[in-house]
Amino acid sequence: MKKELSISAIKDGTVIDHIPSNATLKVADILDLKGIRGIISIATNLTSKTMGKKGLVKISGKDLTKEEVDKIALIAPNATVNIINNYNVKKKIKVTIPLVINKIIKCSNPNCIINNEEISTKFYVLNKDPLKVKCHYCERNMDKEDISLL
Amino acid sequence: MNFENRDIISIHDFSKQELLYILKISKLMEKNPNPNLLNNKILATLFFEPSTRTRLSFLSAMEQLGGKVMGFATAGMTSIKKGETLWDTIKMAQAYADAIVIRHPLEGSARLAAEASSKPIINAGDGANQHPTQTLLDLYTIQKVKGKLDNLHIGMLGDLKYGRTVHSLTTALSHFNPKFYFIAPQALQMPQTYLDELKEKKIKFFTTANLMKVSKKLDILYVTRIQKERFADPVEYEKYKGVYKLDTKLLPHIKKDLKIMHPLPRVDEIDKSLDDTQHAVYFEQAANGIHVRKALLSLVLGRIK
Ligand SMILES: Nc1ncnc2c1ncn2[C@@H]1O[C@H](COP(=O)(O)OP(=O)(O)OP(=O)(O)O)[C@@H](O)[C@H]1O
Ligand SMILES: [Mg+2]
Ligand SMILES: [Zn+2]
Repeated sequence: MKKELSISAIKDGTVIDHIPSNATLKVADILDLKGIRGIISIATNLTSKTMGKKGLVKISGKDLTKEEVDKIALIAPNATVNIINNYNVKKKIKVTIPLVINKIIKCSNPNCIINNEEISTKFYVLNKDPLKVKCHYCERNMDKEDISLL
Repeated sequence: MNFENRDIISIHDFSKQELLYILKISKLMEKNPNPNLLNNKILATLFFEPSTRTRLSFLSAMEQLGGKVMGFATAGMTSIKKGETLWDTIKMAQAYADAIVIRHPLEGSARLAAEASSKPIINAGDGANQHPTQTLLDLYTIQKVKGKLDNLHIGMLGDLKYGRTVHSLTTALSHFNPKFYFIAPQALQMPQTYLDELKEKKIKFFTTANLMKVSKKLDILYVTRIQKERFADPVEYEKYKGVYKLDTKLLPHIKKDLKIMHPLPRVDEIDKSLDDTQHAVYFEQAANGIHVRKALLSLVLGRIK
């Protein structure tokens, strides 16, 4: 058994792997972790064969929503989401940036109707890497630097 | 092509064929009076921001076709001031009208209105974003005065940074293999995103601050006002406000068949002395708005298919 596993093996839950080290806390931050009773481990600067350094987030007793997976894709485009069932990896999901991003990002244009009315945001992905999106409402393009999560 | 119930929100929503079809119907509208075409149809005009020309043009278009208009001219007269959302205002208005024209200071408002409404929405300006009926009347004017849209040398002059008419017209003309000349002081030049889009579409363009450098090449010169309200700093505005003042001194430096356009109102960027020359088409351009708006109303209301 690997050393990191011995620290935080979980029976049922989710392991988010292959996070760039500097994005680990951000990934943990966007997940809805309120009310989780099980162990949550956040590890960063782990040695990785493929990435050099990486981060990991392990949460027992939680399944991710589609929105959470999409959000992770925006922060950690190469992350893997592992679904753990009875101590085993039951399913592995490679996160992908969707073509249309619903709800999870904010429009940087203060004059956009979505910043003034109670409606969900919607963006079209023009380019995945570097990320470039277009607001469905105000039609403004936003580059990675302008993109912030809701 | 069936436009019944279609929303007219952004020039980006239209293919080349659709644009040409709208222009074709506009021409029919200019030729034939059609006084009963929109009988029993009601248009609501929701102007949350002042506008004279656009609103009157819609009003007149609707009434000339036998339709009725209801609406309000400023936000002050509505419950907006009481904090009603745009969504709710549209939900209410669509119950009374067959189509809605909206002008609103926030970008994306027309798209939202279209989502709230089951009746067709026509965007008459959403902040700095889109004003598609202006773009269509610009296209219509170019087609009319040049006899074609393809392969033209188009100059855009003035405030290219903030001018939404310039941005939308550039997008629309990109279907027709143009060459663009963007003439503006560096600080007011065409935003990089638009230039990148042109590069992607392999459309030729040239940027300069000096009109004389390119004036002889142009088939169309589209002039815009330097908009005072866009400048946070009045000193900056003073610096740019008078940079281009076209007058008869320009005449030796342009082609005989150059046509000068302007979305109006003008300040001092085109001198009155040019009004009577064969180059000036800006008043005709404004008048063309009515044909285009008649066409759009008849199309979205399903009376022309
Ligand atoms: N029961 C468990 N509790 C906690 N973490 C687990 C558990 N099972 C696996 N993991 C962790 O989940 C991740 C994926 O596990 P897996 O066994 O698939 O490793 P892998 O073969 O290296 O996968 P990959 O190819 O995605 O890197 C690893 O970081 C692993 O430490
Ligand atoms: Mg591994
Ligand atoms: Zn927006």
